[in-house]
Amino acid sequence: MPEPATDTARPQRKISTKSVVIWTLVGLIGATGWGVLALSRGEEISAAWLLAAALGSYAIAYRFYSKFIANRVLKVDKKRATPAERLDNGVDFHPTDRRVLFGHHFAAVAGAGPLVGPVLAAQMGYLPGTIWIVAGVIFAGAVQDMVVLFFSTRRNGKSLGQMARDEIGPFGGAAALVAVFAIMIILLAVLALVIVNALAHSPWGVFSIAMTIPIALFMGVYLRILRPGRVTEVSVLGVALLLLAIVSGRWVAESSWAEAFTLAPSSLVIWMVAYGFLASVLPVWMLLAPRDYLSTFMKIGTIVLLALGVVIAMPTMKMDAVTEFATSGAGPVFAGSMFPFVFITIACGALSGFHALVSSGTTPKMVQKETQVRLIGYGSMLTESFVAIMAVICACILEPGLYFAVNSPAGVLGPTLESASEAVKSFGFSIDPATLAQAAKDVGEPSITSKTGGAPTFALGMSEIFSAVIGGAGMKAFWYHFAIMFEALFILTTVDAGTRVGRFMLQDTLGNIYKPLKRVSWWPGVWLTSAIVVGGWGYFLWVGVHDPLGGINQLFPLFGIANQLLAAVALAVCTTLLIKSGRLKWAWVTGIPLLWDVAVTLTASWQKVFSDDVKVGFFAQRKAYQDALDSGAESFGTAKTRDAMETIVTNATVDGVLSALFAILIIIVLADATRVCVKAIRNPGTAELKEAEYVESKIVAPAGLWPTAEEKAELAAAAGAAGSDGTSGGTPVAAGKP
Amino acid sequence: MTVKSVKSAKSVGAKIWWYVRELTGETAYERYVAHVRKDHPDAPVQSRRAFERERTDRQEADPRQGFRCC
Repeated sequence: MPEPATDTARPQRKISTKSVVIWTLVGLIGATGWGVLALSRGEEISAAWLLAAALGSYAIAYRFYSKFIANRVLKVDKKRATPAERLDNGVDFHPTDRRVLFGHHFAAVAGAGPLVGPVLAAQMGYLPGTIWIVAGVIFAGAVQDMVVLFFSTRRNGKSLGQMARDEIGPFGGAAALVAVFAIMIILLAVLALVIVNALAHSPWGVFSIAMTIPIALFMGVYLRILRPGRVTEVSVLGVALLLLAIVSGRWVAESSWAEAFTLAPSSLVIWMVAYGFLASVLPVWMLLAPRDYLSTFMKIGTIVLLALGVVIAMPTMKMDAVTEFATSGAGPVFAGSMFPFVFITIACGALSGFHALVSSGTTPKMVQKETQVRLIGYGSMLTESFVAIMAVICACILEPGLYFAVNSPAGVLGPTLESASEAVKSFGFSIDPATLAQAAKDVGEPSITSKTGGAPTFALGMSEIFSAVIGGAGMKAFWYHFAIMFEALFILTTVDAGTRVGRFMLQDTLGNIYKPLKRVSWWPGVWLTSAIVVGGWGYFLWVGVHDPLGGINQLFPLFGIANQLLAAVALAVCTTLLIKSGRLKWAWVTGIPLLWDVAVTLTASWQKVFSDDVKVGFFAQRKAYQDALDSGAESFGTAKTRDAMETIVTNATVDGVLSALFAILIIIVLADATRVCVKAIRNPGTAELKEAEYVESKIVAPAGLWPTAEEKAELAAAAGAAGSDGTSGGTPVAAGKP
Repeated sequence: MTVKSVKSAKSVGAKIWWYVRELTGETAYERYVAHVRKDHPDAPVQSRRAFERERTDRQEADPRQGFRCC
């Protein structure tokens, strides 16, 4: 790393022997983990090595790399007041304790994505996924989250779209806006598809998820009318009812009511669309807010439980480190070879563009000290990556044969357990029909073959781990449905919240043409725009459910590309800002992840549009099926009827056009950003930054989780000063609970 | 159990309770009251019911507040 002599901002510091010893040990733990992962071939290894490799790497990256970025690249300034301090209104702008904000931010960024992507990527073995989840988060994902958070904090919490418009230009800004909207539609469709696949033909699942609606309504009324604001007590009540709903799901599934709750995927799509529309036009207090409390409680609780479960049970990885699908690209879960599709598929666990929306919205308005962006931005994303590692573990402790039977499209597996067993054998793995039947019976499901989308696989792995710790095999079914509930809950919350955000964007844009549409209280406008958004994702959901090639197989890559495209926009904004603010020498910090991300996204888009392989290229697919139709064939590939063949032709066209559109958008944003950067490099003085003014901060607060000795002294001094002049100032807020 | 361990258990409990209340936003009203009292001593303070109503309704107006990720 270049060390310019002029840099005097860095205080001279002695490094204690103790710290050297500790960090050497942490480094050794991580290195041993990676060593075992790299050297073991053919034998089964313990998940402990995966944890060691990941946690050791996170610790080193947080201690050294994030600190370097915060101090040298961003030059966070503990003397500069944040918008939370300057604009404190006690409501959306208020300085929040760093530990609380870490929780808020983590709860906002962690969702179903990191649980789904890594499970699908496990078809290439656990090693490619693990390497990218760890390396990707350290060098790209966590960097993006932290840098966006920092720049947005410096701009009073401006959104990514606003920053793109202000700092790059109206053209790049508009492209970013279109990208966000298109991505939102695909995201909602894919998440809804995950839930539809998990709940199809599962009376237990459908009943317990359906029960979350009355539970949420009850909580909403409680909070609105009975005891306003008592969130904790009502959430505890809600979680208890939720557990009851999971338990009673079994009774329903075993009773004569089972029939009523056994729904085919196509009926579930209609339910989902109706739910999505109604939920998004109902007042927030009724459904969204209480459901959000529930899902946050469940999310944090389950993640903590899962981490404990993995550590206690220490399961063994049964999947190969690298399967042949990594190179052949012919895997049944998603098509395409390791580069670029592992990176596209894992998405959220390593680098997620969507996080940039949270890092530039709610969180920056609550950051107490600039120095804390490291803990909140970088730290939360490391935690999310750890969740992704646990998802890899859940998928890879299953018998590989079972994994492929659950995750392959129905068209590949055929109608019976015998045909599924044969199909799995053709992939080079084995599972006999009786084991498949038993696995379904263990978790209280009629069948678990071709339950694509990742959620059921994750739930199987989780039930394996939890039942090893609590309750034994008899509890497997409960834990399986617990896991499904946990994923469904926050996917449904996202569907509701995402539809609202999409509607808001649409209202804002269409409002320029017809004024009243902008008004959020004008219900015809609200209903119309809600219907457009729901119609958008509903279309892709419908398509996904009916696609003979498998909806996840077709749509998940699109979702991944869309997400990584948004990350490219965020990283482009960050890099532009670094260059415009005269930090060209540090531009590589976000510039290299940007180049990598662009290479991955554009390669994937290119292959999806131009590949000759019918499994990968949408237009090749379209041509193959169209030719077959033209030749009068009655069936082709997995399409058994002419109708199915026509469906594939239409879907492939839509998906292909969308892939091309995404690629064009990313090129527009990049071209516009490059123009701004080149201008800033040529005339360093002219670049105009839209930073908020400098105001000196009065708050004293530690940067990291635990205050350093120096910070303790500052806190004590500030407390003393506040005590002597009798004012409370910012210090009590800063110190939080002693 | 010694007096000391009871005390430390109590303080750990209090810390967890503080964290949960902060995280769920239950303290929003207290924060608001403190804010009004400090910066606008003469202004009327909303009731908790009215405050919580306004707080959820604000999300209605701009749903990007509190948006969750994938």
